[in-house]
Amino acid sequence: MTYVIIGNGVASIGAIEGIRRYDAKGKIVVLAQEDTPAYGRPLISYFLAGKIGPERLPLRGDDYYVKNGVELKLGTTATAVDTAKKTVTTDKGDSIKYDRLLICTGGVPFVPPITGVKGPDIYSFTTLAHAKTLIELSSKIKRAVVIGGGLIGLKAAESLHDRGVSVTIVELAPRILSGGFDEKAGKLAGNRLKKVGIDVNCGVTAKEIQRGKDEHVKGVLLTDGRFLECDVVVVAIGVVPNSALAKEAGIKVERGIFVDEKLATSAKDVYAAGDVAQAIDMLSGEHRVVPIWPNAYNQGFASGRNMAGAKQPYQGGLPMNSISFYGLPTISVGTVNPPEGDKNFEIHAQLDEEKETYRKLVFRDGRLVGYVLVGDIDKGGMYTAFIKFAMPLAGEDKDKLINAGPEVFLWPPELFNETWNPEPAADAR
Amino acid sequence: MKRVYPNKDVCIGCHICELACITAHSQSKDLILAYTQERGQTGLSSCKHVHEEGPVCVALSCRHCDEPSCVAACISGALQKDPETGRTVYNREKCVGCWSCLMACPYGAISRHPLEQKIVKCDLCYDRQGGPACVAACPNKALKQEER
Repeated sequence: MTYVIIGNGVASIGAIEGIRRYDAKGKIVVLAQEDTPAYGRPLISYFLAGKIGPERLPLRGDDYYVKNGVELKLGTTATAVDTAKKTVTTDKGDSIKYDRLLICTGGVPFVPPITGVKGPDIYSFTTLAHAKTLIELSSKIKRAVVIGGGLIGLKAAESLHDRGVSVTIVELAPRILSGGFDEKAGKLAGNRLKKVGIDVNCGVTAKEIQRGKDEHVKGVLLTDGRFLECDVVVVAIGVVPNSALAKEAGIKVERGIFVDEKLATSAKDVYAAGDVAQAIDMLSGEHRVVPIWPNAYNQGFASGRNMAGAKQPYQGGLPMNSISFYGLPTISVGTVNPPEGDKNFEIHAQLDEEKETYRKLVFRDGRLVGYVLVGDIDKGGMYTAFIKFAMPLAGEDKDKLINAGPEVFLWPPELFNETWNPEPAADAR
Repeated sequence: MKRVYPNKDVCIGCHICELACITAHSQSKDLILAYTQERGQTGLSSCKHVHEEGPVCVALSCRHCDEPSCVAACISGALQKDPETGRTVYNREKCVGCWSCLMACPYGAISRHPLEQKIVKCDLCYDRQGGPACVAACPNKALKQEER
């Protein structure tokens, strides 16, 4: 059995670990576009900020690939997949035969069609290479504009600020972090950034990136007419699935590569996982692209074990983000911004601006379906349990969760026993 | 693998497991020094937490899951599954304190270190003679380490 994995991010790591749980011997070939073993992509903001050195970037140990019997082909891009002949062609001219193929090519930064966006001094801050270049540049440049007030944009802004660069964020939406956070949580995070001197502007975006005669960026003209002088621009609007390879191979692609409950694509023995995949979502039951880290690992793992023949379905993705802004921790899980006016949802929110704490709980049909925590995050996972295990919460129990927080005694007794104190197996008694 | 199983029906909520835990993870390996000094100085804290509600109590810590949510969520590679021992291992040096594991673990088994950008999580006392200190210290056999 030969497994070929196209991509070397966290989904790829998950897949290797999923395969090896069920198949100790099969050959695994990983095609890595970048020139480095898998690294913690979100760590590039820590790296750019100078909080960690390059030695802490790799996700696994030096001997990981060898130990797991993985042939890692660095700096290698897959150029075509032939699902009939079951081969992958690479830019090195190789043709690799597979029995099972996993496509986990991730996302590519979305670059909006702004005048002047093409050319030097523009970064997406999604690769280690960009982080390295920005570190080199940071001592020479004075000002940066970050387009996009999402997680990547804000972390890029924070890291550049830490390197002594003066940073302005522009966000088209009326608030930052409009994806996974609500207005109040976004405001607390925004205030923390403003306090350290990062300029945050909402409801405005770049109209044009202006360049000098030497092609270099001079500044950004905003939709409200202001002009921000700067040396570099970080474009962090979002990522879109990197699905071209699959599309060209005739594999079904909607928003991302469409996969079933085993993470299998429309082509026989071809699977997809991570930011490129459109997989089932735990809460909605719909197929969605949810480009977040834990989903990528879990999809990789589930595809790996299914490729190895384990026949265990993927449990579905759950949106979740944990991120700190200058020491202010935040967590957001599940459905946190239900459609306004939808009476099926019930929201309980508590804000303490002084203490910089916020908690929002979202219920639907007697179950917790989402929450946001800012500042005091210590019970995060305990809330996640109620969403993940779809535990019913009615009357007094729901009041307890709202008033006293999550507690393991609110779990249904069967789930509690099964989880914490299961009956010993017959042969172990 | 042998895991630690808590039995709420016989737990008496004495918190001795927590004290045994901090002693086992202290520099001094001395209960009094661990409690009176190291807790304050180094932020030493227990991986085990006694949960109480009225007369019912139970001491919980990391379950060392077969497919841990914390490993999936870890952005730094600090949390990994050891394929040989089955333990969910934590490499403190690699941890950046992003709290993704704390968010993802539905068992509430991960805490923030009180002083550093690190987490506190059960290591099953892997390097301790005689196995987990909490199990050894439990006066009413409410904690058992066994294969199930």
